[in-house]
Amino acid sequence: MHPFTYTRASDVPEAIAAGRRGGRYIAGGTTLVDLMREGVERPETVVDISGLPLRDVVATERGGLRIGALVTMAEAAAHPKVRALFPVVSEALELSASAQLRNMASIGGNIMQRTRCPYFRDPTAACNKRDPGAGCAARGGFNRGHAILGASDSCVATHCSDVAVAFAALEATVRLLGPDGRRQVPIAEFLLRPKTSPDREHDIGDGELITAIELPALPRPLQSGYLKVRDRQSYEFALTSAAVALHVHGGVIRTAKVAAGGVGTVPWKLPAVEEHLVGERPSQSLWATAAAKSADGASPLQHNRFKVELLKRTVERQLRIVGGTE
Amino acid sequence: MTAGTRPGKLPTDPALPTRRTFVATTTGTAVGAIMVAGHSAAAAGAAAEVPATRVSLTVNGTRRTATIDNRTSLLDLLREHFGLTGSKKGCDAGACGACTVLIDGRRVNACLTLAVRLEGADVTTIEGLADGNELHALQQAFIDQDAFQCGYCTPGQIVSGAACIEEGHTGSPEEIREWMSGNVCRCGCYPKIVRAVQQAAGGK
Repeated sequence: MHPFTYTRASDVPEAIAAGRRGGRYIAGGTTLVDLMREGVERPETVVDISGLPLRDVVATERGGLRIGALVTMAEAAAHPKVRALFPVVSEALELSASAQLRNMASIGGNIMQRTRCPYFRDPTAACNKRDPGAGCAARGGFNRGHAILGASDSCVATHCSDVAVAFAALEATVRLLGPDGRRQVPIAEFLLRPKTSPDREHDIGDGELITAIELPALPRPLQSGYLKVRDRQSYEFALTSAAVALHVHGGVIRTAKVAAGGVGTVPWKLPAVEEHLVGERPSQSLWATAAAKSADGASPLQHNRFKVELLKRTVERQLRIVGGTE
Repeated sequence: MTAGTRPGKLPTDPALPTRRTFVATTTGTAVGAIMVAGHSAAAAGAAAEVPATRVSLTVNGTRRTATIDNRTSLLDLLREHFGLTGSKKGCDAGACGACTVLIDGRRVNACLTLAVRLEGADVTTIEGLADGNELHALQQAFIDQDAFQCGYCTPGQIVSGAACIEEGHTGSPEEIREWMSGNVCRCGCYPKIVRAVQQAAGGK
């Protein structure tokens, strides 16, 4: 591990000043420490932000929720307001990682976590994300777990967060504070597709700090949930996943929020599926015809062609689970 | 419940050799290997001065202070500086759970925890789980259920299981399996581990 100096920020302005000087924020540390040990991350200064007052979950005026960036995954999953209003968020969190890691990792850090692509994590392999211009060993390598949506010639790595898929479905907002003040960025714009610069993964500037994730007010009652398909039953990243939230009123779907995980270079919002659902009455055939659109535009690689069909089935099954109508 | 359990007592005679002192005093080459492993992090930093920090924390009820290379994990602090070798290094990457300890009552992976961050923290390791000579209920349950073969993952399993019971995630074998999934057992003792957690949870 590359040597680093360690500082502990006592308040938010101090953290931002240290971040602006090039310090690397550490919250739960579950991604950063691992990658530092691998030599993938080599910060000169690590700024501990765990003492900052960003640990609240509060209801917003219109019926949404604001989850502080330092709320742990375990705390967010268990929070009564999260469980009551957005089960899809609780479920995505509890299907992530392990109980130990969820006790450590923060919500802000979760969406900042870096890909599990093995070539990214191996400093001897070519990786444009780790070393811009080096090439992509995954594209012609073993790519069973990689993306079928949103990839570029430069990068085919998936975004591996589960809760970010729920956030994408719900159209959450990332709240940031930095040297130039506050910003709010929709999660779909915060997480960047690789295009020609896969090393740039987030819309976040020097010294900017995530302060909270805000879940919007949505029509009630809202049924929601998360389904994750993987090689083993627990403690594994998704091959495919689906986050679904539906508001049905008068027997008609009025609001549909759907996103997929494990398949995209970013959490993959499915607007074509949503549009197909809105205005329709829930039925088995509706779930099937809507889910059939979930892999539109997919470009599978040599080893992950199975994900195309698996994605459609995952979305269909989760629409059926959330929407009912057996 | 398995019959014929051994009594739930820890060895108390300080003159008895521990496995580690036994190994260290009988194999000179092994001692060298341990020393090298303990200082590999510092060696990676080359000759340049390596940033270090003084940290004070409570481990199993005892206040401890050490000046450590900032890169030191809690796991290495426990094992290499404090001689608490119960917590095991399996993967050193947060993937196996063998290093599970409690920080301020919550189970975490010690290998992914930078020790420099733990000023004032309260750490409990497998060595601190028993109440004096009285085994923790889950330690006894692991013996009763014969919930191990090689034993390497066992300290992490027991600390994690104790937390799992405290958290209340023991309502069914399925729930125990899910909430214990962060602890991997290469010997495949999962059915007996689940039974041990059930036994200890039932006795609460």
